[in-house]
Amino acid sequence: MTFKRIIIASSLALSIAAAAFAEEPKNASVTSAVATAATATTTTSPATISGAETKFETPAAVTTPAPAKKRELKANKAITLTMFALIIGITMSVVVWAARQTKSAADFYAAGGGITGTQNGWAIAGDYMSAASFLGISGLISLYGYDGFMYSVGWLVAYITVLLIVAEPCRNAGKYTLGDILSFRTDPKPVRAVAAISTVAVSTFYLTAQMVGAGKLMALLIGVPYKTAIVGVGILMVGYVVFGGMTATTWVQIIKAGLLMSGATLLSVLVLAKAGFNPIAFFDSIVNSLEIQDHVSKLALKDGVTLNGIEAGQRFLEPGLFLKKPLDQISLGMALVLGTAGMPHILMRFFTVPTAQAARKSVIIAMFIIGGFYVLTTLLGFGAAVNLTPQGIMQVDKGGNMATLILAQQLGADIAPIFGDLFLAFLCSVAFATILAVVSGLVLAASAAIAHDIYVNVIKDGHADQHEQVKAARITSLVVGIVGIVIGLMAEKANVAHLVALAFAVAASGNLPVVVLSLFWRKFNTGGVIGGIVVGTIASIGLVMVSPNMTYPKVVAEGAEKIIVAMETKQAALPAGAQLDENDAKALAKAKVDVLGKDGTSMMGLTKPLFKLKNPGIISIPLGFIAAILGTLMFPNRRAEEMFDEIYVRQNTGIGMAKAIDH
Amino acid sequence: MAEKQYDWSAIAKNPKFIELHHKKQAFLFGWWIFSTAYYFLLPIGAAYAPGLFKIKIIGVINFGYIFALSQFFVSWGLALYYAHVANKDFDRLTRELIEDLHL
Repeated sequence: MTFKRIIIASSLALSIAAAAFAEEPKNASVTSAVATAATATTTTSPATISGAETKFETPAAVTTPAPAKKRELKANKAITLTMFALIIGITMSVVVWAARQTKSAADFYAAGGGITGTQNGWAIAGDYMSAASFLGISGLISLYGYDGFMYSVGWLVAYITVLLIVAEPCRNAGKYTLGDILSFRTDPKPVRAVAAISTVAVSTFYLTAQMVGAGKLMALLIGVPYKTAIVGVGILMVGYVVFGGMTATTWVQIIKAGLLMSGATLLSVLVLAKAGFNPIAFFDSIVNSLEIQDHVSKLALKDGVTLNGIEAGQRFLEPGLFLKKPLDQISLGMALVLGTAGMPHILMRFFTVPTAQAARKSVIIAMFIIGGFYVLTTLLGFGAAVNLTPQGIMQVDKGGNMATLILAQQLGADIAPIFGDLFLAFLCSVAFATILAVVSGLVLAASAAIAHDIYVNVIKDGHADQHEQVKAARITSLVVGIVGIVIGLMAEKANVAHLVALAFAVAASGNLPVVVLSLFWRKFNTGGVIGGIVVGTIASIGLVMVSPNMTYPKVVAEGAEKIIVAMETKQAALPAGAQLDENDAKALAKAKVDVLGKDGTSMMGLTKPLFKLKNPGIISIPLGFIAAILGTLMFPNRRAEEMFDEIYVRQNTGIGMAKAIDH
Repeated sequence: MAEKQYDWSAIAKNPKFIELHHKKQAFLFGWWIFSTAYYFLLPIGAAYAPGLFKIKIIGVINFGYIFALSQFFVSWGLALYYAHVANKDFDRLTRELIEDLHL
């Protein structure tokens, strides 16, 4: 016990020290280079493709009237670090408390089944809403209006699938992991092995995106170097999971969800107060904003449409400024609606409550929190567009990720300057807590798959006592956490924007079909599970590898050529002796480098994408289902059919599960 | 604590279980299909019926905005309706089944 405390205390001290001794950033104002990188936190924002599309905007941006002062986002370091330390302190004391209660495997993976429905609802919300939801979606709304709002809808609707199809059956038929549900009436070893692989794949993709996003965000917000931020976040994440298991992770998620909701509510009230609490007037102010009109008319011009004045303002409330490929949207929608219910870290949350009724209640509470949050996000996004102007937001970050934070600083400062600093610091620490909560859930899910499915059930044949199981779980979480940190450190320069969508696609194509079929189809068997997971997972990953998400040097080079031409034309138009401004000169220099890659190919040796969509779901989900069905029919198994009655009665009634707890 | 043995196929043939299973399946899959269809009307409508989405309903607020907002209320409404039916019907049938079986 003392040893444990020493480690907890030292990891706490280490992470604070890491933050305090952080180097001052070389350039506190956010340059466009950092900004492009930070869009990694926006899950599938097309603005992140470093190819032709983004750069082609540069010539258009030239005509923007030069603002009087470049907008900067600078958090007050002392206040922000104090708040960070407060969050670390509170969560670490939760860990110390949780560590004392974590004695058995059920404690470690499922908090002993002792989480209430309401607590679990908040924890699900905390597990689910990432920094991309918090900063990315409001940013999209602030720059592209309606499309950002439309994008957010799928993230809530996804919970209908969770509520109706998976939550209660999983509570009734499962134990700790996806492998437990799937191996019920199949050959457990191979099934657990593939289930563990897909869980680890989904968690790794998601974790990598979160870690890289975390590093960039921390660098942006408080000027901590990327690597320090990754190590700091990583140490905390490992600390929560290794010592506190599911109990600590749950409370970190609950605390985060509470902070996130209070931050969003407070800021929304300030936005509404600006509009005199009159929604009609609020929307009028959007349409009538001269800056929004100017911004929209430029966006429309790129599609060859001329819009002016109020017409342009109204266009901001209509679809199509950002999401231009309907098929890609539908494909992403499918991955969200089916993938959320196949996410191992979400499924795992249902094992922490004692009954199906509590599982039901927890999804419904989570739906109100998540949905409420996205509705508030609309206010924040539109509020940022009105109060900060899209031009002002883009000066700080091209993808709009900083919109909420600048808005908090400005609206707070309107009351009193110190409020601006305090509010910004508060939202920065909310973002910090958000990252911690999401990554901890992912590490726990991946560790459970490795320790419980692979080690205990495949290698040890299920013969491991409680002490050994908990030890295995702790060691695995430590290893998974360290691997997560290392990947985070290595992926600094990588394009990770597509990884969240990929995680959802794998969950939707690999995991969900087999979960649904094993709960509802009598004939379903080992062949089906393996076929479904393997084909669904490989199809999603394979399609993304040949999709426009990858970098195609030839396509980049073509875009770069256009920029060079545009810049040279512009240079020629300048009076003699005048130079291009800093941004243009940078764009030109970068284009000159990019153009050299015209003979290069992507990772897969392609010159252009084979698959035109960024989101593979529309193809890979049906493939996952077909493979699961074909696998089942090709390898019929009488035992699996005979055992269907058992799993079907169990998942519908909880008989068996409830008794095991009563005795 | 050895786990109690159950005759699962006998429970599966119990009329109460069959009633529960039929009611549940119809409700769950029916409403899941409804909600999914309603959701996909949003991206499909935005892409292929932009004229409809532009129609102003209240002041400058247009149909598209209200439709997107309605998605939230439809989801919440369905969640509450499901909770109501499950608490009232499904849980009651389950309790009756367990009493029947003298578990």
